[in-house]
Amino acid sequence: MSTAKPARRFDPHRFGPVVGLLLLLIVGTALNPDFATWDNLMNVLTRTAFIGIISIGMCFVIISGGIDLSVGSMAALIAGGMILLMNALAGSVGSPVAVVMLGMLFALLLGGGFGLAHGYLITRGRIEPFIVTLGTLGIFRAVLTWLADGGAITLDNDLSDAYGPVYYGSLIGIPVPVWVFLAVSVAGAVLLNRTAFGRYVQAIGSNEQVARFAAVDVDRVKLLTYGLLGVCVGIATVLYVPRLGSASPTTGLLWELEAIAAVIVGGTSFKGGEGRIAGTLIGAVLLSVISNILNLTSIISVYLNAAVQGCVIIAVAFLQRRRP
Amino acid sequence: MSEVARYTRRLVLGAGLAMTATVALGGALGSAAFAADTVKLGVSIPAATHGFTGGIVWWANQAKAELEKAHPNLKVTVKTASGAPEQANQLQDLVTVTKIDSLVIFPFESAALTQPVMQAKKKGVYVTVVDRGLTDTSAQDAYIAGDNTAFGRIPAEYIAKKYNGKANIVALRGIPTTLDNERWEAFTGVLKQYPDIKILDGKYANWNRDDAFKVTQDFLTRFKDIDVVWAADDDMAFGVLKAIEQAKRTDIKEVFGGAGSKTMVKTILDGSNPLIRADVSYSPKFIYDAIKMTAEARLKGDKLPATHIIPSSLITKENAKEFYFPDSPY
Repeated sequence: MSTAKPARRFDPHRFGPVVGLLLLLIVGTALNPDFATWDNLMNVLTRTAFIGIISIGMCFVIISGGIDLSVGSMAALIAGGMILLMNALAGSVGSPVAVVMLGMLFALLLGGGFGLAHGYLITRGRIEPFIVTLGTLGIFRAVLTWLADGGAITLDNDLSDAYGPVYYGSLIGIPVPVWVFLAVSVAGAVLLNRTAFGRYVQAIGSNEQVARFAAVDVDRVKLLTYGLLGVCVGIATVLYVPRLGSASPTTGLLWELEAIAAVIVGGTSFKGGEGRIAGTLIGAVLLSVISNILNLTSIISVYLNAAVQGCVIIAVAFLQRRRP
Repeated sequence: MSEVARYTRRLVLGAGLAMTATVALGGALGSAAFAADTVKLGVSIPAATHGFTGGIVWWANQAKAELEKAHPNLKVTVKTASGAPEQANQLQDLVTVTKIDSLVIFPFESAALTQPVMQAKKKGVYVTVVDRGLTDTSAQDAYIAGDNTAFGRIPAEYIAKKYNGKANIVALRGIPTTLDNERWEAFTGVLKQYPDIKILDGKYANWNRDDAFKVTQDFLTRFKDIDVVWAADDDMAFGVLKAIEQAKRTDIKEVFGGAGSKTMVKTILDGSNPLIRADVSYSPKFIYDAIKMTAEARLKGDKLPATHIIPSSLITKENAKEFYFPDSPY
């Protein structure tokens, strides 16, 4: 287990994501002086918060040797569900703030519930996580599209005003979503590196059989990792909804790939067993910085944006690769 | 002499009459054969994955309900596909299982659907293609589309006129496709005639609210003086408005969306947002028109004109009422 490592040698590959991010920051500043402004950096961090928070949960699932492909669709369905609930409550419950609180609670419960359902199907149902979540990826988005009648589900105006500060507000000059992102990261790091649960997750990922022999309740730990990821998706959705006040069938499209990319770029092994929360955080920020730089400049043909992103992802993964 | 002349005249006249009679009779027989039968119409469209296609699906089902009620001998089958291969499979099923005799298709992709549609036409199915065309037009009997050139041209002319040929514009584009290129070229083509109108930059926001929000945030960071944002789609305009609101920018005078979604048309009608003053119509209702035109023509045994372009028009406060469909999801 990683906590029992004999000595902490300097490992240059560990710093791949940090080096990559620093290089990008230098490139960004050189290309456009507005890049390094406080407002722009806060914009980037705020928009990273959704993917970042989901990535922290995803990090646990990947370390335990699993995967979740449904997170984007799940976020979309939770967003749609909570908006419908809040709109329905708006008439009967007095203050908009209370309605918003209920909506937020509902989002977290729904996320946790979906996550546990995944975990249950995977552990008790003995179905591959890839298959279970591939199935729910379709189910969640289809249900949202059906609820929205193909269009958009939009939050009532009064509620929008009450809910707005959760995304647009800030504390000591730092937007709320960034604080939440930080808090989730710290909690994730503590959970992974300082608790028995974290050690079990890593043990299962590196060798499930051995973990079973070591009397680890493998099924329960796995169930909890998916539940945890579901709650993370719920938190991300709570922050996301006040941004546009609506959910449509394109909400959260490809978030699963962005979250998985953030985890992998951050140095977590795709095979499981080992991973880093700090790396994941940097990975998520790095991915948004690339698209921000591309938007702030017009050197490369717009047709090639995705190619630039792909190159940076591969380059960073190369920087932090390990010997077999 | 006059004997010969009269004879000749009678002969010519008689032949003409006979010919007319034959043609008329043949025509009558032909259309009688068509009109007596029932019409089985298949409708193949993309699934509701964003606002616009959501509207397409809604209007297609609306057409089915209305037309089947009005014509008891008409059967409409609506199929939605979430990709080109799936649509090709559904097309096969429509021809072999449902045994349709007429087809209205909104192809997911032009190139990929050309052959499957050609196969259906070879089996005697009457084909109306909507919006996204096929690469080989001989695979279709009729083509009905919105006007993409006007979609780009109308906002450009509106902006040029309203701002007296002097403005800074940033633009949001859709997904890289020929359709988007057509709109973009029409837009920039008009504005080239105005040397004082600057298009600062145009970036892809994929007809998506979230992407539009991010791209606009970055535009606002990059450009300190913007007069107009051409969002080129109402879904994207929504994200643009939120980003402007967040940045508390007051230099922007107008956001021009596109496609005439009900929320934007309502905003124009009510005058509730000073940034939203006009829009250009490109309504998903054209699928309704295409189904109605095809069904009615086929019931009568008629053909449709080879190409029918549904015009895009400028929507302003004065005429917004005509473009407001509160029940449509889009």
